[in-house]
Amino acid sequence: MTDIKRPNDEAEVSALVRDAAANGTSLRIQGGGTRAGLGRPTQDAATLSTAGLSGITLYEPAEMVIGAKAGTPLETIEKALAEKGQMLAFEPADFRLLFGTQGTPTIGAVAAGNISGPRRLWGGAARDSLIGVRFVNGNGEIIKSGGRVMKNVTGLDLVKLQAGAWGTLGVLTEVIFKVVPKSDTVATFVLSGLDDATAVTAMATAITSPFEITGAAHLPATAKSSEVAPGSREDFAAARNGIGGEGARTYLRIEGFPVSVDYRAGELAKLLSRFGTLSRLEESIGTSVWSAIRDAAPLAEPRDAAIWRLSVKPSEAPATIEAIRPAMAVRAFYDWGGGLIWLAVSAEGDAGATVIRAAAKAAKGYATLMRAPDAVRAVVPVFEPESAAVAALTRRIKASVDPARLINPGLMHAGV
Amino acid sequence: MSAIAFPVPDAGILARRAALIEGLAALLPPDCLVTAEDERRAFETDAFTAYRRMPLAVALPRTTAEVSAVLAFCHQQGVPVVPRGAGTSLCGGAIPQEDAVVIGVSKMNRILEIDYANRIARVEPGVTNLAITNAVSAEGFFYAPDPSSQLACTIGGNIGMNSGGAHCLKYGVTTNNILGVTLVMMDGTIIEIGGEAMDAPGYDLLGLVCGSEGQLGIMTEATIRILRSAEGARPVLFGFETSEQAGEAVAAIIGAGIVPVAMEFMDKPAIEICEAFAHAGYPMDVDALLIIEVEGSDAEMDATLKLIVEIAKRHGVKTVKESKSAMETAAIWKGRKSAFGATGRIADYICMDGTIPTGQLPFVLRRIDEIVKGYGLRVANVFHAGDGNLHPLILYNCNDPIEAQKAEDAGNDILKLCVEVGGCLTGEHGVGIEKRDLMHHQFNDADLHQQMRIRATFDAGWLMNPAKVFPLEGRI
Ligand SMILES: Cc1cc2nc3c(=O)[nH]c(=O)nc-3n(C[C@H](O)[C@H](O)[C@H](O)COP(=O)(O)OP(=O)(O)OC[C@H]3O[C@@H](n4cnc5c(N)ncnc54)[C@H](O)[C@@H]3O)c2cc1C
Repeated sequence: MTDIKRPNDEAEVSALVRDAAANGTSLRIQGGGTRAGLGRPTQDAATLSTAGLSGITLYEPAEMVIGAKAGTPLETIEKALAEKGQMLAFEPADFRLLFGTQGTPTIGAVAAGNISGPRRLWGGAARDSLIGVRFVNGNGEIIKSGGRVMKNVTGLDLVKLQAGAWGTLGVLTEVIFKVVPKSDTVATFVLSGLDDATAVTAMATAITSPFEITGAAHLPATAKSSEVAPGSREDFAAARNGIGGEGARTYLRIEGFPVSVDYRAGELAKLLSRFGTLSRLEESIGTSVWSAIRDAAPLAEPRDAAIWRLSVKPSEAPATIEAIRPAMAVRAFYDWGGGLIWLAVSAEGDAGATVIRAAAKAAKGYATLMRAPDAVRAVVPVFEPESAAVAALTRRIKASVDPARLINPGLMHAGV
Repeated sequence: MSAIAFPVPDAGILARRAALIEGLAALLPPDCLVTAEDERRAFETDAFTAYRRMPLAVALPRTTAEVSAVLAFCHQQGVPVVPRGAGTSLCGGAIPQEDAVVIGVSKMNRILEIDYANRIARVEPGVTNLAITNAVSAEGFFYAPDPSSQLACTIGGNIGMNSGGAHCLKYGVTTNNILGVTLVMMDGTIIEIGGEAMDAPGYDLLGLVCGSEGQLGIMTEATIRILRSAEGARPVLFGFETSEQAGEAVAAIIGAGIVPVAMEFMDKPAIEICEAFAHAGYPMDVDALLIIEVEGSDAEMDATLKLIVEIAKRHGVKTVKESKSAMETAAIWKGRKSAFGATGRIADYICMDGTIPTGQLPFVLRRIDEIVKGYGLRVANVFHAGDGNLHPLILYNCNDPIEAQKAEDAGNDILKLCVEVGGCLTGEHGVGIEKRDLMHHQFNDADLHQQMRIRATFDAGWLMNPAKVFPLEGRI
């Protein structure tokens, strides 16, 4: 049983890190614990829970900015924003289903992981919305970067550096995000029966149109028979329970005020007519479609499968899967118009790492091992291995922030 | 005047100039090395013209390999380098020092690849911002960040400064529109950061390099996001009797869930200056002008504008004037984008760039007026209202050293004010030498030391653009 520390404010975090430094013991940072299975398994002396660092510190709807202590539940943030008709632009995921975890996702972990949902296509990644951070570095010093204004180029941008560092560059204590208005109308459309390559072309056609697509995902078919009407609740339930149970589905999303959505929907239907009929989903079904895609729900079961998340050049996505398929059984779906591929494969051996990483590389991309048993993650690099020069730089950056490697050591890369 | 200090040039380096030039000449074709004094003079300063220093030599490499060779040589010789794009920096980011070699990327100005389906372009760093949009506009695409200097400034400089523009409210700044760079570090090591896919895992080195002001390495290639243009765009002029009303209208528009592509503010002096220059049809009988641009189909623009006009009316708007033609649209933007140039025709000016929380707009505008008047000077305000990025232009006569000092002091007071109300020293122009000595207003020692330690992971010997960003005292 590791010791769990629960600091109640930034000063206590600083004191804990100083203690750890004095004793030479490492700390594993925990937000809500919902992504506990992510990263390389590590053995740390103690866990530092951010649960005691909770609360919204700043919310100015007219300035489109929200700040909160790192342990604030994401739910709290999203609720406060919704009350004022706003939201986080990058559609943060909830991985409880994927990881089979309890707890509640926290805003600090959302920032640290830089994981973005379907709307990333339009609203940028989490790192693009993150405009300010406070963190405690490995010396126990409290450091700030960025702030509450959305245009800020004063000094080096340590804000971006924290996004995607998974807490290996200090304990985030407070984060500030810019936000966007929530649209009146969120409309989801579906095209049915497209093969992967055609679907990616259809999505690219939509994304490169002037009609502002805020989501473009494709769930390939595994079984061809389709008795169920595309876009119905049963159809989506089938897709959720296993990809494309009822035939391939390509989903597109448009948002805005009603007149604008209707107009763009009409134009989009014309533009995509060669790919079939574009049917509009009932709004509540659309909501479930996008949250399932966001959370990688179609791949959550079976639990023993390894889950990969590939970021590739969108047009190369179908070829990426084709390159992997001869070597192993694959279940996959596409988000971001093909730019993001979620993959489920057997966790045996290297969980397909060699083949998958080669395929991702050929597609100018990267592969992250999101879920696999500890034993696999202990030997297979979870994050894309870096070139020698970048790996050396990564180690130097870690050392410049956390010289004794006390905070989340080894979580991203061995020795970092 | 020279209130801003430069490091004392290294006499040893100056003494070795001939040998150093010989070394550089062995690495570069003759037309890529500038050594004659009259030719070097073109590189003495940037758009922060109050300061200038003659560089030791200027290298204008054409390839990543040449950049790497020149850097490795300078590294080995312990010679500082100053990366340079088009030299339009307003904060002295590209101003050399006497013992430094300027490395200009102007010869690396090709667009290497345009990939519409994946919405990306691969370009060399010396290509100008506008050249990218021009290259893709026939297909209906554009590169979003649009600094007013876009005709001249380079993408390398834009990444160096993390530049913004009038349309950033909707599309973000440079860092939000770049996917990858090739970076050559001071010792000549070439690294690839990011690429053609989104969200590379690992530390966000791309985010770190954007806005690093030429201190981490020289970018020799960039992969950038191009976007499909909206079906149409229409700027509308809203004239208000007071800046307060204009500021409140901005807050109300955003509060209503409308994010126009651009919301630009001008006060009376700025309106007069820009109108005299561009004949854009700006209303002359108001104290504050908002240029608000909306996008989409005609019906969508009409609907959005209707909402905006209603809000503006609630806040006492005096005149509303819509652009009725492409020519009018061009004139409206020409007026705004030439604000600095037009101001330069009537007086010398220094341009501030602080950002403030937009809720503080009325208070800060009033204080700016008081501060500048207190020094007996005049100010014109143009800025990006939606995001609170201010550009007070303080007018002065650069031949009068006392007045020049007053202008600099007034500027510093304004920037301190921006930080005090919760904002920052610079929203898009960068720190350079101009704001270097004010960094302590925004950051404490721990913050600055952390930044400097990270800086040193790229350039341990502090040879890359070393006079910039961090106060000369207290370096690590
Ligand atoms: C009239 C006018 C209007 C302006 N309007 C705006 C505006 O609206 N928004 C805005 O943000 N800025 C504006 N600017 C400021 C300026 O144009 C920007 O900062 C621009 O990005 C600088 O580009 P440049 O090519 O001139 O770079 P330089 O001035 O040559 O260099 C800028 C910085 O980047 C570094 N650098 C340049 N190239 C490289 C490279 N390849 N690798 C590494 N580092 C490099 C330099 O060392 C320097 O620190 C304006 C300037 C003027 C004169």
